[in-house]
Amino acid sequence: MTERVELAHNAAQRRVPSMVNNKPQIPYLGVGKYQPRGRKHAPPIRSSKDYPENGDKRVVDIETALRKCGLRDGMVISNHHHLRDGDQVALMMLEAAAKIGVKDLLWFPSASFPSQKPAIDLMEKGVIHHIEGSMNGPLGDYCTQGKMRGMGVLRSHGGRWQAIQDGEVHIDIAVVAAPTADMFGNADGSHGKSACGSLGFALADSTYADHVIVVTDNPVPFPCVPWQIQGNNVDYVVEVESIGDPARIVSGTTQITRSPDRLRIAEFVARFLREAGIMKNGFSFQAGAGGIALAFVDCLRRMMKEDGVKARFVRGGSTKYLVELLQEGLTDYILDGQTFDLDGVKSMAGDSRHAATSPFTSYNYHGKGNFASLVDAVVLGATEVDVNFNANVVTHSDGRLLHGIGGWQNCLFAGCSILALPSFRERIPVIVDEVTTLTGPGEMIDVVVTERGIAINPLRADLLGAVKGSRLPIRPIQDIKAEVEQICGGKPARPKLGDRPVAVVKWVDGTVLDTVWQTG
Amino acid sequence: MTASDPKTSRAAEAGQSGSDIRSDVHVSIEPRESGGLAVGLESRVAPYYGEAILTQTRHVLETLGVKNARVAIHDEGALPYVIAARIETAVRRAGLANSHKALPEPVEPPAPSGKDRLRRSRLYLPGTEPKYMINAGLHGPDAIILDLEDSVQHAEKDAARILVRNALRAVSFGTCERMVRINQLPLGLEDLAEIIPEAPDLVLIPKVEHPGQVTQVDRMISELKLRHQINRPVWLMPILESGQGIENAAPIAAAAESVVALTIGLEDYTADLGVAKTAEGRESLYARSRLVNAARAAGVQAIDSVYSDAGDREGLKRWGEASRALGFEGMGCIHPAQIPVIHAAFAPSPAEIDSAQKIVGAFEQAQQRGVAVVSLGSKMVDPAVVQRALKLVARAKAMGLA
Repeated sequence: MTERVELAHNAAQRRVPSMVNNKPQIPYLGVGKYQPRGRKHAPPIRSSKDYPENGDKRVVDIETALRKCGLRDGMVISNHHHLRDGDQVALMMLEAAAKIGVKDLLWFPSASFPSQKPAIDLMEKGVIHHIEGSMNGPLGDYCTQGKMRGMGVLRSHGGRWQAIQDGEVHIDIAVVAAPTADMFGNADGSHGKSACGSLGFALADSTYADHVIVVTDNPVPFPCVPWQIQGNNVDYVVEVESIGDPARIVSGTTQITRSPDRLRIAEFVARFLREAGIMKNGFSFQAGAGGIALAFVDCLRRMMKEDGVKARFVRGGSTKYLVELLQEGLTDYILDGQTFDLDGVKSMAGDSRHAATSPFTSYNYHGKGNFASLVDAVVLGATEVDVNFNANVVTHSDGRLLHGIGGWQNCLFAGCSILALPSFRERIPVIVDEVTTLTGPGEMIDVVVTERGIAINPLRADLLGAVKGSRLPIRPIQDIKAEVEQICGGKPARPKLGDRPVAVVKWVDGTVLDTVWQTG
Repeated sequence: MTASDPKTSRAAEAGQSGSDIRSDVHVSIEPRESGGLAVGLESRVAPYYGEAILTQTRHVLETLGVKNARVAIHDEGALPYVIAARIETAVRRAGLANSHKALPEPVEPPAPSGKDRLRRSRLYLPGTEPKYMINAGLHGPDAIILDLEDSVQHAEKDAARILVRNALRAVSFGTCERMVRINQLPLGLEDLAEIIPEAPDLVLIPKVEHPGQVTQVDRMISELKLRHQINRPVWLMPILESGQGIENAAPIAAAAESVVALTIGLEDYTADLGVAKTAEGRESLYARSRLVNAARAAGVQAIDSVYSDAGDREGLKRWGEASRALGFEGMGCIHPAQIPVIHAAFAPSPAEIDSAQKIVGAFEQAQQRGVAVVSLGSKMVDPAVVQRALKLVARAKAMGLA
């Protein structure tokens, strides 16, 4: 895309474009500063008279379903990413669209994965105009190298719900991969050969899209119970041989890190929660499925047992380790946004205390509250953090797209948000003067835990007070930074970024927080 | 100083690179007769430290007197002290080096180590594996041990020596005692020449069978200390690894003032006996007991071998507790996860500390009153018991338990 882009400084002093993909943008104004107005977006009103009375919405294939939905040039088509790198439905959908011969689609997945690399070819051919959704691996490189015609738009899980709900993104056709479904379109994720657990990421799409197609490889006679997707929102149902590769949908086993440095970080995090008094009866926490997070859960579980403490709920991404907490009675509930391993899938299918949640319940900022701010502590990763606790999670230090935002931004609203990071990777210091891409404002980040010590945001005098006198290595963040720079042989040079925006990072309220620049 | 002679020099390389290598660097060097230095760099960290690596490379080459050569650096995120060591190794292997060393920026060394300091745990670090070195001190062992012996292949002995020298100088190991295990003599003497100028706190001598081996090392260290003006102690810990070594435990322990501990190498010892090494260690009970006794007779510490199944914490705990009961004061670790288990196993129990503190209290009261006999309640306490209690309380204090 060669349009000239006007840039302005936002409240975080980052240069951001005022137009993205021909839509005017609101620059980030600060946490809680933007006041949305108006009414929620809505799909058109439909009538039962136009749908089969016997409830049988099946059509022969995805191409037919797309044609019946009126697919045409420039439409927005979406998928969820619960099947992760094993997903086959998104590519089936895109290839069917290519066969129909439409051009310039906006593909709007809740996240993309390396196995969806063929989408690059469809962008080259003009079938896809651009992608809005997290991109990494080959798709991330394609975007950061400036080859995509439109700008990438990176949103958190909550931000994606907000954008759909507020009408920033209008989905024409949502194609929902469903591990189990009936002919009416009721669909569930936790049963079937391609089971993935929760289908929460597809909920907004199924609620707000003009047209909804459910694609399943495990058709069951009506009713599909339980249902996470309501057939009343669904236009067509397609049966296929396979919606995904089970081996890459969930991992058989999730592994705790064996690195002594990372185990040390995990233990510091758990000890911090204990010493700060956060780990107490009825508390709640969230941790991801990375090696440090899993080791943290393992340490915390030991400490909870030692101290006789029980959590009211824990938030997934669920794994074997969270499931064990539930089974051992160390938590009353798992509130699960996505299910990472087989133990998680099995638990959600068989245990009513393991509840599926959606970005609406958990993360949507433009709602009447959400669960994320009810969580006492959250343990997150990041690629970089600066001395003011601003953090980057979306790009490498050199500006290449690395991760989606996921629920990361939304989780910062927890009572205590903790970044658990090695103080340097390879030779690259993690604590820097200024992050390459701002993803989370420092005022939202409370604690940075490294193997060399724990830095508490000076804004959190309460936390500093709570751990005073403990044996934890509490240090100023500048102090850890200086030590690491001494080890690494001085400050790293600043990577050279281009001056052409290739993607933007949205804040949870839809305002533009930062820009990803063309590299290489 | 010898100028490099292109006729005796040859292409050479050092270090490691590849997708599975972290924190190391591969350096290849090709001498040439003219044309100056041509340095090529490939590095994962090039956007951040590419310039720094090139500057350091030229600086090291200049220090070593290399004027004309092609040098290719393939870096996997190595820290500066590693880069310096690998380049120096390649230059020496190429026959290009003068007598200078390319020493990295030093860090503040820890306080000189005391003869009787805690030596519960010593974490082994292979001498050619830089990735384990930088954070080793964080895991809180009483000592780290940079190994030049069994963990280093013969062809890499020169590389390990230079890397260990640089690590002693440039890596902060916190409050850990910095130990080096040298090779068997005579190779070990070459190790000493390289490492003693960087003032390790303790040298482990492997396969010691006679007191003469200890005095030979001790003399060489004294000479090197004098020459390089090292004014802090370099202690010795002989490793007994054979029937002969165990038989001579007492004279070995007394061979030099600088011996602070005896330790045993069970793999070699059981091999020497031709018996299987078991998890219970009954086959080495005599040797270990004899070593403890000899150490006590010479007033030095008895330190146990390693527990080689890093995954078996329960087994390690049992071994450590049994070892303490025999009279050992510590043991080796092959993985940081073993450290807390070992520290717990070698710690006196709260009941032991409590009872020792009561005895010490009674002893102090008796001293204040000028009474020779220490009594607790109605019981008289034997002087030997008082001595043991004093020692136990002092150790518990050092461990942060009392």
